[in-house]
Amino acid sequence: MNMTEPLAAKPGALTPEVLKIDLAGEADRIGRWMVDTLVNKLHKRGVVVAMSGGIDSSCCAALAVHALGPKKVFGLLLPERDSSSFSSHRGRMLAEHLGIEYEVNDIAPALEGLGCYARRDEAIRRVFPQYGEGWKNKIVIAGGTERGINFFKLVVQSPQGEMFDKRLPLKDYLQIVAATNFKQRVRKTMEYYHADRLNYAVIGTPNRLEYDQGFFVKNGDGAADLKPIAHLYKTQVYAMVRHLGAPDEVCNAVPTTDTYTLAQGQDEFYFALPHAQMDLALWAYNHGRPAAELATALGIAEDHARLVYADIEAKRRTTHYLHARPELVEPIAEIHA
Amino acid sequence: MPETKATLRQYIRDNFILGSQAMNFADGDSFMELHILDSTGFLELVSHLEETYGITVKDEEMVPENLDSLDALHAFLMRKRAA
Repeated sequence: MNMTEPLAAKPGALTPEVLKIDLAGEADRIGRWMVDTLVNKLHKRGVVVAMSGGIDSSCCAALAVHALGPKKVFGLLLPERDSSSFSSHRGRMLAEHLGIEYEVNDIAPALEGLGCYARRDEAIRRVFPQYGEGWKNKIVIAGGTERGINFFKLVVQSPQGEMFDKRLPLKDYLQIVAATNFKQRVRKTMEYYHADRLNYAVIGTPNRLEYDQGFFVKNGDGAADLKPIAHLYKTQVYAMVRHLGAPDEVCNAVPTTDTYTLAQGQDEFYFALPHAQMDLALWAYNHGRPAAELATALGIAEDHARLVYADIEAKRRTTHYLHARPELVEPIAEIHA
Repeated sequence: MPETKATLRQYIRDNFILGSQAMNFADGDSFMELHILDSTGFLELVSHLEETYGITVKDEEMVPENLDSLDALHAFLMRKRAA
């Protein structure tokens, strides 16, 4: 039986109940898969998990301990200049709760060396020349679920608290994203350093929304040896973390990107709706439910629901390459058979 | 101005489908449906319009009705230049 099939959904009813799963059964199934994958496919002796303090990495760490025990799980806290101190606090709290060995590696010096902050700020100053010391920034998505074409706005806040926003020209948008992607890629470099020295595998922590909709950096947080919660909707991840007995502060973590200096929800940056609604929308789309039914379930207009479905499909299409292996002129049969 | 439409077609052909002969599009075809443009592609197209034709595209004008076919794009550009 597939444990992620809904337990309590009445045929025809589109409610949050459809996302309820047998958490104990699913935790055990993931545990068996993790052991089998490490032993029979990866030939590694344990796992490295980067713990951001967010719900997804917390769930992965707790599942890994459930599967392998605390001695085979190594936690990493990888703060940088812009990440929230609450994130590190929650990450540390969970590592100690789980009883795993962990290290805190500050990646800010590496990012400075690569010019992450300077390259990002150079692009920001092309849009807001007054941007400087003490200012904060974030990128927000706009347009997509209103009329159909997504674009991005740069929001900055002066040290005095004044907010400004402007649509980002392509060149500046791409440079800001490219510079901030250093963060995910440097983190992954550290994860593989520890994995290599321990002969461990690296866990990737995307939930189903992130995996399906391409909300990850290629060769950054998208790189991993195993992704234990890529099939779980975010609502299910929250439920799983609670089921596994994580501290309340971890269970109640609000999803943020923790990448930009202004507080930024994932729905501001990427998703069309807050995560609980987005989960239901993705489930409904995956199960062929009409837009009208989603509209009723979420209390939104049918046109809006149709745009949400179109946005899901558009994101799948445009991020397909993030999942793809490098293209070859022809298959190498000896390797890919 | 038919030459503007031809120039726009050439820009889209050169820039987004790299001159590939395998992908043809009619004047009324949706760039999104044919997968010629995604959201980054539209941003690139808008930057091109602003730089080449000296217009400013407002946030509320970033809609398929203005940008998502050669016919729509051409009509939008003509309206903006006339304004």
